[in-house]
Amino acid sequence: MSLSALIVLIYVLVLASYLGFELISKVPPTLHTPLMSGSNAISGITIVGALIASNELGYTTLSKWLGLVALVLATINVVGGYVVTDRMLKMFKKK
Amino acid sequence: MNIGIEIAYLVASVLFIIGIKYLGKTKDARKGNVISAVGMVIAIAATLFTLEVLTLLEIGIAILVGSAIGLYYAQKVAMTKIPEMVALFNGFGGLASFAVALSDYYFKRDTNLASLDAINLTSILLSVLIGAVTFTGSMVAYLKLDGKISGQPITFKGQHLLNLLLLIAFIAASVLVFLDPSQVNYIVILIVISLLLGILTVIPIGGADMPVVISLLNSYSGMAACATGFILSNNVLIVAGSLVGASGIILTQIMCKAMNRSLVNVLLGGFGQTVATGGADGPAVVVKEIGVEETAMLFDSASSVIVVPGYGMAVAQAQHVIRELMEQCEKRNINFRFAIHPVAGRMPGHMNVLLAEANISYDKLIEMDDINEDFSNTDLVFVVGANDVVNPAARTNPQSPIFGMPILNADKARTVIVSKRSMGKGYAGVENELFGFPNCLMLFGDAKQTITKVVSEMKDMA
Repeated sequence: MSLSALIVLIYVLVLASYLGFELISKVPPTLHTPLMSGSNAISGITIVGALIASNELGYTTLSKWLGLVALVLATINVVGGYVVTDRMLKMFKKK
Repeated sequence: MNIGIEIAYLVASVLFIIGIKYLGKTKDARKGNVISAVGMVIAIAATLFTLEVLTLLEIGIAILVGSAIGLYYAQKVAMTKIPEMVALFNGFGGLASFAVALSDYYFKRDTNLASLDAINLTSILLSVLIGAVTFTGSMVAYLKLDGKISGQPITFKGQHLLNLLLLIAFIAASVLVFLDPSQVNYIVILIVISLLLGILTVIPIGGADMPVVISLLNSYSGMAACATGFILSNNVLIVAGSLVGASGIILTQIMCKAMNRSLVNVLLGGFGQTVATGGADGPAVVVKEIGVEETAMLFDSASSVIVVPGYGMAVAQAQHVIRELMEQCEKRNINFRFAIHPVAGRMPGHMNVLLAEANISYDKLIEMDDINEDFSNTDLVFVVGANDVVNPAARTNPQSPIFGMPILNADKARTVIVSKRSMGKGYAGVENELFGFPNCLMLFGDAKQTITKVVSEMKDMA
């Protein structure tokens, strides 16, 4: 990877982190548990990496199998995370 | 670069950000979660377009298996067990990032060794380290929360030295990898060290410090995804990973502040163990007991009530019967609210979820800073399964291990009733001075059973 490509990625990292700090500090404590399970689901974004890795067929089988293991785990994270977060948020009612 | 896919990733990143923004308001939060999920579907769909058809079957099966497990677990899990689930899922996220990093390493090693340059190797090693630490650390946290291993801090002599040595060994092995990236042996050493570090950093931390630990591991799982984004030069991974990383760090800070401890102090561990002996020296507190009938009468004659729930309420499954108590009080026009301490429960916001499940309106759940002024003009405070968060020693006794921790001013109320199984100590191992206060009465017994009796007494009165 070239240094200039790296710099672009670091830009993205720094700006996204800053935005994350700003947005998340505004989440009320009432919602901290759903925030955690919801962000858990978002960290399942590794699923994109897992898909790319699973695709490396024909070159090395080890890469592919590692990719598929990652794929199963990341899918659990994504599906389970969003569903349980929805289950919780559904319960928060104001009467 | 396929421009269509890059645009799809950009849209997904924006949707994650909007989704988190919506989480800032309780009424919009559910919508926010859906928006974030749509972003995820877009990112996945866009990636699927880049794949070769040959692997689609295996990929399809893997996605089906993962979805089935995730769906089953998410629908079945009890709300009291959410901390365990989050810990477990943090671990899965970490392991997934770890596996992607390794997969990429093997792929590049066998096909294009030259592409393993310094930047790439650094990203791979970071992803392996953070991913593995997240995985084993989360598994230990899960086992502790689930009671499969003792929640007590596990410490031994030379623990910190061992961690330091492992870290040095990690750096040394990393240098060897840089010198010869084709050597798998060094990578294996790095993996073993990383897995060990995850275990060793979480075992010395006590069960009651778990809110800090799972917040931190949550952050790690995001950082692991972020490192994977650097390996694959993939912006959506970096954006999503940093959002999660930031979220975990903020929650970690909030938890530490609410316990008046530094993150380093929590991570060094052993809390509760060292102070347990100190607490035993103090004079035994003399307490006054109260029965079910008198409790019902006190509720009946009060005009304002604040309930202070703690993890003990969740253990006793008393939240539903507390709602019945609330209904009885509201029938009598009693102002009935809940005071939520930030570290009540086993993870940030845990009490709110449990009370929401018991169908208690969220505007009744008041944060510490917003309700602390009100205790002094409240008739009755009902403490259920909470201990350290109402211990006045945190304000007055510089010798106390919890001194300086912000607490709920329950002792300022006219009368305090404490529902407690027995005269045990809080996790900090300190006597609770509140129990000996002249305005404090102890209602001993299982919270669910005693409160059920109080409710039926109140029904009879009406």
